[in-house]
Amino acid sequence: MSAVAPIAGRRPSLVARAWNGTALPVTIVVLIIVAVWYVAAVFMNAPQEYDKAGRAGQTLTVSDLVTRTMAQERPVLPAPHQVVVELWDTTINKNITSKRSLVYHAWVTLSATLAGFAIGTVLGVGLAVFIVHNTAADRSLMPWIIASQTIPILAIAPMIIVVLYNIGLSGLLPKALISTYLSFFPVVVGMVKGLRSPDSMQLDLMRTWNASAAQTFWKLRWPSSMPYLFTSMKVAVAISLVGAIVGELPTGAVAGLGARLLAGSYYGQTIQIWSALFMAAGLAATLVALVGVAHSMVLRRMGQAE
Amino acid sequence: MQHQSITTGGVIAARDLSLTFQTNDGPVHALSDVNLDIGKGEFVSFIGPSGCGKTTFLRVIADLEQPTGGQILVNGMTPEEARRARAYGYVFQAASLYPWRTIEKNIALPLEIMGVSRSEQRERIARVLDLVDLAGFGKKYPWQLSGGMQQRASIARALAFDADLLLMDEPFGALDEIVRDHLNEQLLKLWDRTNKTICFVTHSIPEAVYLSTKIVVMSPRPGRVTDVIDSTLPKERPLDIRETPEFLEIAHRVREGLRAGHSYD
Repeated sequence: MSAVAPIAGRRPSLVARAWNGTALPVTIVVLIIVAVWYVAAVFMNAPQEYDKAGRAGQTLTVSDLVTRTMAQERPVLPAPHQVVVELWDTTINKNITSKRSLVYHAWVTLSATLAGFAIGTVLGVGLAVFIVHNTAADRSLMPWIIASQTIPILAIAPMIIVVLYNIGLSGLLPKALISTYLSFFPVVVGMVKGLRSPDSMQLDLMRTWNASAAQTFWKLRWPSSMPYLFTSMKVAVAISLVGAIVGELPTGAVAGLGARLLAGSYYGQTIQIWSALFMAAGLAATLVALVGVAHSMVLRRMGQAE
Repeated sequence: MQHQSITTGGVIAARDLSLTFQTNDGPVHALSDVNLDIGKGEFVSFIGPSGCGKTTFLRVIADLEQPTGGQILVNGMTPEEARRARAYGYVFQAASLYPWRTIEKNIALPLEIMGVSRSEQRERIARVLDLVDLAGFGKKYPWQLSGGMQQRASIARALAFDADLLLMDEPFGALDEIVRDHLNEQLLKLWDRTNKTICFVTHSIPEAVYLSTKIVVMSPRPGRVTDVIDSTLPKERPLDIRETPEFLEIAHRVREGLRAGHSYD
């Protein structure tokens, strides 16, 4: 390392940054996916149309086929614009308190996700602190924590719902706990590593100053673990959303994105399924991005511009 | 070999000090029957090839390793008592500054741990930054400083709580020759001004001779002291003292000691 001050140059323009950054590659990939999707939609929905035309004694031209496969009410694979129209219709054109509004369902899932993520993060950090400071806990808890994640969540989610319902808990909390079940894991693993990341020299220094365990924790281990915390929180928030959606499936599909998925598959509403999926993906991306923003804010406060 | 009862006058007194590590390949004798006295205000260098126990000896003084035999007193106390009394500052080979703290916050760290008041922290930080010639760099982060400056900051941190004993484990080992010369000169001035006792581990003969009032030559397998040389050089030492016959004579004796230690390998 040398004592060179950061070069104070002019910031490149927005266009230049977009061009040099990730915007262009991402756009190209999206365009390719959309193109492949359109082609796939025509091919997958075509048998239905041939069937219909055959029964009516018609022959289909190529352009007829293409337009009809993209305008089915219950297509095998809806065309992208059908999903976009459905998304627009159920978010912008519906009152958000309505049960037909996707925003309402997204909020139901999001609230369980956030509750589960918060509980999972606190639980994960707590377990990690315990494991790092206690060798018995390290040996006894870690195998169970890893084993907990080998059980398929689809198998355990109904049992959690049923058990909690029988002790009088229903609504948000059971779903949140399924999110917790998934999200605490990356936080424990990441934070155990993070809290152990100070090297022996730094720990020796603390010892030479006769620092207490609490001082070593707050002044060394905790700040050292921040990059690990945020990285595992990014994973945790995304799988919290998965947990909340899975948790909605066995409740009888009352509300939430999981309910939309389930209802959609009951009634063959593929467009509804796909729009719920996109809403879930958008939500997950937003949540991960928000954790990323929090991460860079904390890093900047710690003097480590990234 | 002397076998006398420990007197409590000196800063460090070691009697038949031994430390054996149990490893999978059998015991390793890191220190074997070390006898040494270090008086107040001395600048003592420990020199020898790797595995001779020079770092281990420093770590025993610092209560970072436990001896398996013999006795050692630091300021008349056991190393553990001395550590609890914050009797020494330790400087490692790497600066080991916290990247998320500015230089002054890094220096404040031991002071925070020791419960020094804010105003006194500020006062001490200003004083030690001045001592290591880093005044004006307090608000910088470690990555904004060169390696030599970082190491000076870590020395400032070790000086901040005003321990009388400074333990330095190859503090300039990772730096280039020119920076090292400069820091050696500064360290001598600092030692002269503060009247601290310094234990300095190095593997450079010129560095050891230039800095020390006493040079402890050690050799490995088992780690032991083979020679203790009291320097005849004056306290005032410009860099070109290294070309005087006196200097070369001491350097020669150190080299002889190191060679003797190596002969029955």
